[in-house]
Amino acid sequence: MKNKLSRFSVPYVVWMGIFVVAPIIIMVIYAFSNGEGGFTWDNFAQMGAYGSVFLRSFKLALIATAVCLLVGYPVSYWLSREGASFQRIAMVLIMLPMWMNFLLRTYSWMTILENNGLLNQLFHKLGIIALYNNITGSEIEYFSMIGTQGAVVLGMVYNYLPFMILPIYSVIVKLDGSLIEAARDLGADSVTVFRKVILPLSLPGVLSGITMVFVPSVSTFAISRMLGGGTELLLGDLIERQFLGGAYNPQLGAAISLVMMAVVVICMLVMNRFGEGEEQAVML
Amino acid sequence: MSKELIRLHNLCMAFDDELVLDNINLYINDSEFLTLLGPSGCGKTTTLRIIGGFTTPTSGDVTFDGVRINDVPPHKRQINTVFQKYALFPHLDVFENIAFGLRIAKVPQAEVEERVKEMLSVVSLVGFENRRIDQLSGGQQQRVAIARALVNRPKVLLLDEPLGALDLRLRKDMQNELKRIQQQMGITFIYVTHDQEEALTMSDTVVVMNKGRIQQIGTPEDIYNEPKNAFVADFIGESNILNGTMVRDNVVKMYGREFPCVDGGFAPNEPVDVVIRPEDIDIVPVEQGQLVGTVTNVTFKGMQYDIIVDFRGFKWLIQTTDYSPEGGRIGVRIEPEGFHIMKKSEYSGMFGDYSSYSEEYEELADAGVEDEEESEDEE
Repeated sequence: MKNKLSRFSVPYVVWMGIFVVAPIIIMVIYAFSNGEGGFTWDNFAQMGAYGSVFLRSFKLALIATAVCLLVGYPVSYWLSREGASFQRIAMVLIMLPMWMNFLLRTYSWMTILENNGLLNQLFHKLGIIALYNNITGSEIEYFSMIGTQGAVVLGMVYNYLPFMILPIYSVIVKLDGSLIEAARDLGADSVTVFRKVILPLSLPGVLSGITMVFVPSVSTFAISRMLGGGTELLLGDLIERQFLGGAYNPQLGAAISLVMMAVVVICMLVMNRFGEGEEQAVML
Repeated sequence: MSKELIRLHNLCMAFDDELVLDNINLYINDSEFLTLLGPSGCGKTTTLRIIGGFTTPTSGDVTFDGVRINDVPPHKRQINTVFQKYALFPHLDVFENIAFGLRIAKVPQAEVEERVKEMLSVVSLVGFENRRIDQLSGGQQQRVAIARALVNRPKVLLLDEPLGALDLRLRKDMQNELKRIQQQMGITFIYVTHDQEEALTMSDTVVVMNKGRIQQIGTPEDIYNEPKNAFVADFIGESNILNGTMVRDNVVKMYGREFPCVDGGFAPNEPVDVVIRPEDIDIVPVEQGQLVGTVTNVTFKGMQYDIIVDFRGFKWLIQTTDYSPEGGRIGVRIEPEGFHIMKKSEYSGMFGDYSSYSEEYEELADAGVEDEEESEDEE
């Protein structure tokens, strides 16, 4: 087969080469070299020490993805059954936060979750903290929310939920209404219609939603640093430290990045295999 | 006489104040092939959806075997539907599509296999069990849709323009196939179409509808030979519809001339609509003609010529195997059986004049009908 590139694709190819392929090659070279530029496996050997960080990252990303799915699917489903004008407004509201930089949004979560932040002040005013102290006999001044894994998961869910809702919604809303009527006609009650028709046909949306939430969650570093208070070290933070922090070690950083990328790619391949035959997967 | 299965009693349906069905009364017998025929927007699909349970009528009753079923949801009716665009499940193969209803009814696996096999042979699709839906042609998808509905052994099968998406050849084959399946299964088919030929070919009973009202119910022969009003006469086949006066029984007056006919039962000198089918008109030499006119247009149609003849400003369509040149003067004779006399109705004067007749015009009209059908579905 002749695979001649049109001349209009040249800028794109050059761009991809410089900003996608070259960095990956550089990363691979770094990952397999020591400080003097010689070949080594040491970087990967060192990684064993960070197993807990890997585990924590994947655990939090999985939890965040699961929460997004549990919240996002019902939202998408109910939304798709509402009137057209309501759907439009709801879509804008769901997208609206995404038009703001996510660092800003995460900062605002800091002010909400801080020990003397908005939420704790509210609890104080409402007497919830006093009530809690009365019941448990403790003497806390605030609920510590910031700096916990829960806060990190909350940050991920808040930031990435739209990426779960949008693909699922767009698949469900495009479902042919006559398929649902056909299922009812063939004896299915609404639960069966959902289980045997709507759910299987919305799987492509679910798969791409999971991908779009899980991948950024597993590599996030700003959220964990701001909401995890630096105590909950995640992969993203670990990599960042190798390049910018006191633990300067770009070779190790590259190796960790490479492994993370490999794991993510494997996860995605497995997922795509699982969803094979559902070509209509919606990629945004 | 077979027994009555479904009855629609004073059925009305309004969407946003727009009356879609206006007082429909209809009974449907067991094992009957009944067709709802009409132009798009006439309410035929709405009627079908009410019988299927997808739409609840604004007023009136639907009874099934004597029981009122207005509020029975579709999944509890002994009725299955073949949808216009088949609505096959894309995530299931042919076997599982057909087995869908049986799986829901928790039929044991052995019986499922047996019944699906049986259905595949009824619709001539043996060997296609494991095909995916998108690997099937339109005609094959159509058969799967029929098998999927019939495998549940419904008492009634509803078909919503099921042949609309097929090409002409396949459509003719499927018409015969459907009739054969209906007779083999011995169940009631309620068929919706805007294609009058399809309706005449397959049906035991044809119900002609327009603007939410039933215009005529009858056998295909009745509907064609004794149309009740100008709308039916025009919709079923080609018709020249003229103003006339029923002088007395068996004599009708048109163009100031009296013609013998075989209709009666009208008041003396009652104004009537006179239908003359284009194939019932004989061309004769001018001096022998009951009427004399000028040929204005000749179209070769294969089996016959369609010629347009101007009789004092009113243009008739005549179908004949004899060629008459454009501009020529011809005489015509019509046998008494060729006149069909109808009472005046709201449709009088709206149809049956071929002044604007041209082939392009006809094609445009056809295309328009199909487009409207499309938009109707999307609602």
